Amino acid sequence: MAYSDETRNMYENTLQGIKDAGLFKMERYINSPQSAEILVEFPEGSPLKKVINICANNYLGLSSHPEVIKAAHEGLDSRGYGMSSVRFICGTQDIHKELEARITEFLGTEDTILFPSCMDANAGVFEAILTKDDVMISDRLVHASLIDGMRLCSAVQDTYKHNDMAHLEEKLKLHADKRQKLVICDGVFSMDGDTAKLDEMVALCDKYHAMILVDESHSSGFIGKTGRGTHEKYGVMGKIDIITTTFGKGLGGASGGCVSGRKELVEMCRQKARPYLFSNTIAPVVVAGVLKVMDLIMHNPERRNKLETNTAFWRKGLTEAGFVLKDGDTPIVPVMLFNAKLAQDFSRDLYNEGVYAIGFFFPVVPQSQARIRTQVSAGHEMHHLEEALAAFIKVGKKYNILGKTKQEIIEMYGM
Amino acid sequence: MESNMKDIILNYVIAEYLEDDSETLTYDSPLISGGIVDSFSMVSLKRFLENRYSISIPDDEATPEAFDSVNKICVLVEKFTSK
Repeated sequence: MAYSDETRNMYENTLQGIKDAGLFKMERYINSPQSAEILVEFPEGSPLKKVINICANNYLGLSSHPEVIKAAHEGLDSRGYGMSSVRFICGTQDIHKELEARITEFLGTEDTILFPSCMDANAGVFEAILTKDDVMISDRLVHASLIDGMRLCSAVQDTYKHNDMAHLEEKLKLHADKRQKLVICDGVFSMDGDTAKLDEMVALCDKYHAMILVDESHSSGFIGKTGRGTHEKYGVMGKIDIITTTFGKGLGGASGGCVSGRKELVEMCRQKARPYLFSNTIAPVVVAGVLKVMDLIMHNPERRNKLETNTAFWRKGLTEAGFVLKDGDTPIVPVMLFNAKLAQDFSRDLYNEGVYAIGFFFPVVPQSQARIRTQVSAGHEMHHLEEALAAFIKVGKKYNILGKTKQEIIEMYGM
Repeated sequence: MESNMKDIILNYVIAEYLEDDSETLTYDSPLISGGIVDSFSMVSLKRFLENRYSISIPDDEATPEAFDSVNKICVLVEKFTSK
């Protein structure tokens, strides 16, 4: 038997090592639609508990919006369940092209190509447009999917310190001899909630003749005055060569993603990107849902404005309560606890108080940077945020961390 | 001369890769296996060495093992400067 006892033991020991290191991830089962309030079974077998969810990527509160659900039903009825094909064989419907055009209009780019996910978009884009004669220069805190995509590409890889423009400029000079230079960053960084300085980056890219790619997964739909993204916030719409983004967060929360940008680069993806060529088309039901999301947000910033108001309330409340936060103005608000066990204990106590928020620690974030990552939604009503804030304060008092500095928290609980 | 090379490389690694000023590095600190320099960022170090010492390090010699400490990097650089 190929899967021998020895083989099984090897994997069991590896899994035990993950558990012993306190890094074993457990799923919590949700028995309701994604929303500001959810019904959760945790631990497994426990009675369902209604909790306030403050850790979803449901930024615009559209994951279970009745109009999106209705549009998805209609898409299911009119275009079927699946396409049983990749795009270029027999998997492209009229609505796929319609969605590509709507995304192009929304992001202010030249063209767009859909992918099954943004993970797939990031996995495919680099190999499609770069060769070993080129260089990719990425921020050191970019999302894992960008890192994986770069690993699949033969171009030289280099990094610059997080949001450090002087360091980026050094790297652009260092690689001046390369055929093409591509600078890579997240628009909003998913763990810290800060934004890339796209105005300065575009200026540097102009100066050194580099292209720029921005992953807008945690920005599309709500960053910038009309929610176009980080490029709108920094006044550089039309100047980003490649945007990758997802429909799995603010834009409906189901699945799917895209590469949007210069039309030749998008066409290169259509010809060469392997996740596009070798993975199924996005299901019609999802496309229909995202089209409705576009209808809801294209000319109506109401939900984006509500999210901004909610975010300001949440950040102010946590700051005044005396928590240490990561600076920023996005709906990603990391509450810094520094110690991994404290983050886990804090999360458990919040859950007992009716608030669902997860602790993040190494290797998801750097050592000694453990935190509870909170994410605000336009689906939150003020009473949700007030209740969640009260729970945070209660648990914060229990651990005596309110008003304490980073150094004081580390002295109490360790790194 | 040798200690000078060690210090030059050590200072480069500190400036290039350390985010926190309170961290300390020695000539033997594990750079790659210790998570200080990731595989993506090795290229800067390689290009720095090539430019600084006017050498060319073939890709198959620029391994994570050969770059894993300042002392090991010095051995690698001396191998090519002595050629």
